[in-house]
Amino acid sequence: MKLYELTIVEAHALLKQKKISSEELTRSVLERINALDDKIGAFITVADEIALAMARQADSMIAQGMETPLTGIPIAIKDLICTQGLRTTCASRILENFIPPYDAFVIKQLKKAGAVIVGKTNMDEFAMGSSTENSGIQITHNPWDFNCIPGGSSGGSAAAVAADMCFGALGSDTGGSVRQPASHCGVVGLKPTYGRVSRFGLVAYGSSLDQIGPITKNAADCALLMNGIAGYDPQDSTSSPTPIPDDYSVISGEGLTGVKLGIPREYQATEGIDASVSQAIRKAIGVLETLGAQCVDISLPLTRHAVSAYYVIAPCEASSNLARYDGVKYGFRDTNQTGLAEMQRSTRSLGFGDEVQRRIILGTYALSAGYYDAYYKKASQVRTLVIEDFKKAFEKCDVIIAPVAPTPACPIGLMTHDPLQMYLGDIFTLSANLAGIPGMSTPCGFSDKGMPIGLQILSNHFNETAIFKVAHNFQQATDFHLKKPQLDID
Amino acid sequence: MKITKDEVLHVAALARLELTDDVIDQFAGQIATILEYVDTLNQVDTQGVKPTSYATFRTNAFREDIKRLSLEQDTALANAPAQEDGCFKVPKIL
Repeated sequence: MKLYELTIVEAHALLKQKKISSEELTRSVLERINALDDKIGAFITVADEIALAMARQADSMIAQGMETPLTGIPIAIKDLICTQGLRTTCASRILENFIPPYDAFVIKQLKKAGAVIVGKTNMDEFAMGSSTENSGIQITHNPWDFNCIPGGSSGGSAAAVAADMCFGALGSDTGGSVRQPASHCGVVGLKPTYGRVSRFGLVAYGSSLDQIGPITKNAADCALLMNGIAGYDPQDSTSSPTPIPDDYSVISGEGLTGVKLGIPREYQATEGIDASVSQAIRKAIGVLETLGAQCVDISLPLTRHAVSAYYVIAPCEASSNLARYDGVKYGFRDTNQTGLAEMQRSTRSLGFGDEVQRRIILGTYALSAGYYDAYYKKASQVRTLVIEDFKKAFEKCDVIIAPVAPTPACPIGLMTHDPLQMYLGDIFTLSANLAGIPGMSTPCGFSDKGMPIGLQILSNHFNETAIFKVAHNFQQATDFHLKKPQLDID
Repeated sequence: MKITKDEVLHVAALARLELTDDVIDQFAGQIATILEYVDTLNQVDTQGVKPTSYATFRTNAFREDIKRLSLEQDTALANAPAQEDGCFKVPKIL
């Protein structure tokens, strides 16, 4: 077995026993990136020297017996999480040369824990998209089939984990952007409860929806990475002061007796679900039942309207958040313009890609005089009803079981021309962002073309414990998460 | 729901975007389609429903008003496209 194939839990055990060093682990991942990433395009920036320096520091932490479960573990970071001194582009031309003057809270936490940052991963520009094709920098290919998308917007992070180019990665999820690429790349991805992970230093898209989440090879690793990044941060006013449980301590294979699985009626009736997806989900539910869980019929009547509410709220928040990119304090500036207003207009139009400009226009329209009540206020009221739907559902069940995406990863170039179709693909994921509840994607099958399919597990606010329990037990009983893409160099 | 070219232009001006004619036409069509879909929200009865802006129901997060260190001036200016005498420099306004 190659070092890069290890899980975080396995690598940590070997590091602790001093059978391997973090420098060896890090070199193995960097060599892997060097050999593969030309074909995959997961990384915008590979931080070789920084990574090796961090690895040597980690090795001295271990030598002094001061290691944590993440010490010396190479982690990749989605390129919209600020890393001091390390370029952070948001996959946008407008931030192509931006070097953050500070670390995001999650980066500070990872550094404290002794983790190794190997690089910054590709994404849809400003996290707007579901395929990573909206990156202003490069295309990312799915490790399972280079002709297919990796999903998005955290497509680079998911592809990097799937191809063993890191042991875990951070993504961000505004409407499914951690869970959907995790599903498409056959890895585990968690969107935590809103407020569990600080957004300080996360470049904002939709501030009331955004949440940073871990992407890993299995549920146990996911819990370890979650432990490393979660917690109260006074620098984010929406950060939760509720004491957080140790997610890793609940990881045990004790079975699922007494666990109630909510199966939403509306999700089964949704049009356009690929047969391979419904079949994989049905089989997964069967596995969970044999582990002792019971199915309960639930209803989420506002499912269809949640998509509409989301595609008002997210662009409105985006149009406001992205007003800061005006060529004045940082980022790209069109220097051919002589007046301030002309410079700002030209800078923004040259710097932002199509999808970003489309969402800014949509959000600005919905917030403009005369339309606010009809769109933003109405959508925010529907959001209240979506939250009530989930509240009622969780009176009857512990977790909700659902697909992540209606279809497996599609070929590159197939979905970019029709924005509305792309938005409808988020139907199973975006409600969790509107409601602020946590959700995970874990591998549960493959399409007939061999593309991975994810199972979504949702739970109530601050109840990640229930998700980890179901996911870990499912992984003990199945081997979908152990399957690896066949890559040329293997 | 129809969106006119003028409406797109008006919104683009508000958002400080400069769109080409092709893009204006394209956006007008696409945004009309999206809004047509979004208009189904009107089928939901929201009479008396309070709007939600944050889903985890925190109210204001207060802290003591204490002086704290912030970014140094040089650090804050390090990414500026243009600077002069410790300030961000922009093209002329008037």
